[in-house]
Amino acid sequence: MTVDTAATSTGDPAAREPELVQLLTPEGQRVPHEYYDTLIEDITAEDIRGLYRDLVLSRRIDSEAVALQRQGELGLWASMLGQEAAQVGSGRALRPQDHAFPTYREHAVAWCRGVEATQLLGLFRGVDQGSWDPRENNFHLYTIVIGAQTLHATGYAMGVQRDGAIGTGDPERDTAVIAYFGDGATSQGDVNEAFIWASVNNAPVVFFCQNNQWAISEPLERQTRVPLYRRAHGFGFPGLRVDGNDVLACLAVSREALQRARDGEGPSLIEAFTYRMGAHTTTDDPTRYRLAADLEHWRLKDPIERVKAYLVRGDLVDQQFFDDLDAESEELAGNLRTACRALPDPEPTSIFEHVYVEPPPTLLAQRDEMAQYLDSFAEQEGPR
Amino acid sequence: MTDTTPASAEKPASARLTVVKAINAGLRRSMENDDKVLVMGEDVGKLGGVFRVTDGLQKDFGEDRVIDTPLAESGIIGTAVGLALRGYRPVCEIQFDGFVFPGYDQIVTQVAKMHFRSGGRLRLPIVIRIPYGGGIGAVEHHSESPEAYFAHTPGLKVVSCSNPVDAYWMIQQSITTDDPVVFFEPKRRYYEKAEFDLDAEPELPLHSSRVVNQGTDATVATYGPMVKTCMEAAAAAAEDGRSLDVIDLRTLSPLDLEPVYQSVRRTGRLVVVHEAQRTLGIGTEVAARVTEECFYSLESPVIRVTGYDTPYPPARVEDDYLPDLDRVLDGVDRALSY
Ligand SMILES: Cc1ncc(C[n+]2csc(CCOP(=O)(O)OP(=O)(O)O)c2C)c(N)n1
Ligand SMILES: [Mg+2]
Repeated sequence: MTVDTAATSTGDPAAREPELVQLLTPEGQRVPHEYYDTLIEDITAEDIRGLYRDLVLSRRIDSEAVALQRQGELGLWASMLGQEAAQVGSGRALRPQDHAFPTYREHAVAWCRGVEATQLLGLFRGVDQGSWDPRENNFHLYTIVIGAQTLHATGYAMGVQRDGAIGTGDPERDTAVIAYFGDGATSQGDVNEAFIWASVNNAPVVFFCQNNQWAISEPLERQTRVPLYRRAHGFGFPGLRVDGNDVLACLAVSREALQRARDGEGPSLIEAFTYRMGAHTTTDDPTRYRLAADLEHWRLKDPIERVKAYLVRGDLVDQQFFDDLDAESEELAGNLRTACRALPDPEPTSIFEHVYVEPPPTLLAQRDEMAQYLDSFAEQEGPR
Repeated sequence: MTDTTPASAEKPASARLTVVKAINAGLRRSMENDDKVLVMGEDVGKLGGVFRVTDGLQKDFGEDRVIDTPLAESGIIGTAVGLALRGYRPVCEIQFDGFVFPGYDQIVTQVAKMHFRSGGRLRLPIVIRIPYGGGIGAVEHHSESPEAYFAHTPGLKVVSCSNPVDAYWMIQQSITTDDPVVFFEPKRRYYEKAEFDLDAEPELPLHSSRVVNQGTDATVATYGPMVKTCMEAAAAAAEDGRSLDVIDLRTLSPLDLEPVYQSVRRTGRLVVVHEAQRTLGIGTEVAARVTEECFYSLESPVIRVTGYDTPYPPARVEDDYLPDLDRVLDGVDRALSY
């Protein structure tokens, strides 16, 4: 019997380190790869500048949201700081007809899907529970209950399969589904059931796990003793680990897995190896459970700096580009601030809307009861 | 030893504690008294829980007794069943009310029924702690009141504390109970403080309600986070010359309604208050039983002041969803209008 003890053996650390797909080192060196290079050979310098812009602007949205939370404009924010490359790389590998199912942290995927940054804020400000139309950008609502969306993605993929929208060879028809989740989520029954469903149905779904090393205060060792990507093999589909801070590698492996799905070859698991640079959310205090030194180690692997180094070293960019991007970034943040403050509080009676497609009279009676009650204050003394 | 100072001369272990600290102290006591008591859940170890209820316990009792579990509620409850079968007394933490549902199957189909199915041979002394309720400005799934689902399930006992003193005693009493107990903690009252003697005896057995304000005009029955709201309503009503009997139910399964019946026989009017949605909530059961027991004493229908029958709404409208002082008084007015 061979037991995979990679994560726990005490042997040579280098031998223990699993394969990691990397095309751009933290220093911005392009690492040639016989196979993965072919998947991004169409990517021009212009495209890489575009990816850089995605990374920078989505980080700006994220840091602005953190600031808005500090100012009391948002109740909470889940920062994606450090995970931009995983999200932009996979997000830009999607085609318009593909469908994404996010957690609560996929702000850069939302950006890639064309969701307005302001629309992300409603949930965290407490004025709605997801204000974008998931059908418009093929980007589902955020899911806070850990892992639940992986089953939804799998079922959606089973629908795609039944619609004959895979394996036709038509690049505008063949459709893949991508499910985002975290390292902690891999422990949930729902996620394991999603793996099984996808596997036995050969569903066109990509499981994209951002292993940011933490589930709130719990390090990866509390969830697994094998590298997460290896779980896929036991379920019967391919899995691989990619440098989650390398946008090119994330783009390449996502393209591969999504195309497999669109071609009707079934599911895959991508483990994007990254790090949650911020707190779990704005209410968390990570100094209680992790060392500043780990953060320093990962800061050197920053997903944005390496693309910048690559662009600068290759003379693929001029100062004007950076200046323009700075200005665009400031404008985006300013607009976000203004739009956030302008988000109206919902009307109290709006809570009765959309509970049902066909609301029962008993519920409408409760709505009227609330309205009457609130009116009784207006009559007495104006607004409460 | 020549020091003969009698133990009784020692100062009582009086302390001023929040609900969080009181539950922490209660857990600590239970773990000291019985080394079979375990604490398990997401982030309960090193972090001490997202609300710090288990703060310091892993440091003092070790990782074998305070377990940072994998992120899976079904796993937390299901393995607690196995540990209990092996003689342990697990105290499971569910991080937030809205996240109990992946564990709901284990609670309802396994925890609740094991004693019955085994013809009484097996016992599951498991406590499932759930911070619950709204009013804290949280995002979805973090403000819910799912107590009725559990109170509806035979085999489970369900309690809810409302203040630090009860929190301290009720958690210990729940842990020594041989039946499974779902222990609801009013998270918006987590930072309420009280000074009390940690070495005293509990004033009441676990499954008993308590009259917390004496009055004659109407009875208000409530529990958990709404007790404070109803006490404030009673104070406001007193200024208007109305006196309210306020009863903290404390135990939701079994209900202890004798004090409610006695009160309603005097006042003739009952208002039941909870955050949970109205339909088939605890208030519905209280209303039915009071109607059965006190029919000839009632001067008005039993009034329910509750959350509405909608999903818990976004935080910026939660104040209109949740019963507050005005809505409680409005309920009292309605009861008195008959
Ligand atoms: C079913 C469920 N249980 C518990 C929680 C509370 N919770 C929110 S995020 C989180 C950790 C998630 O970790 P991971 O899956 O690694 O995602 P990350 O937050 O690191 O992106 C937990 C326990 C939840 N949201 N849902
Ligand atoms: Mg994580």
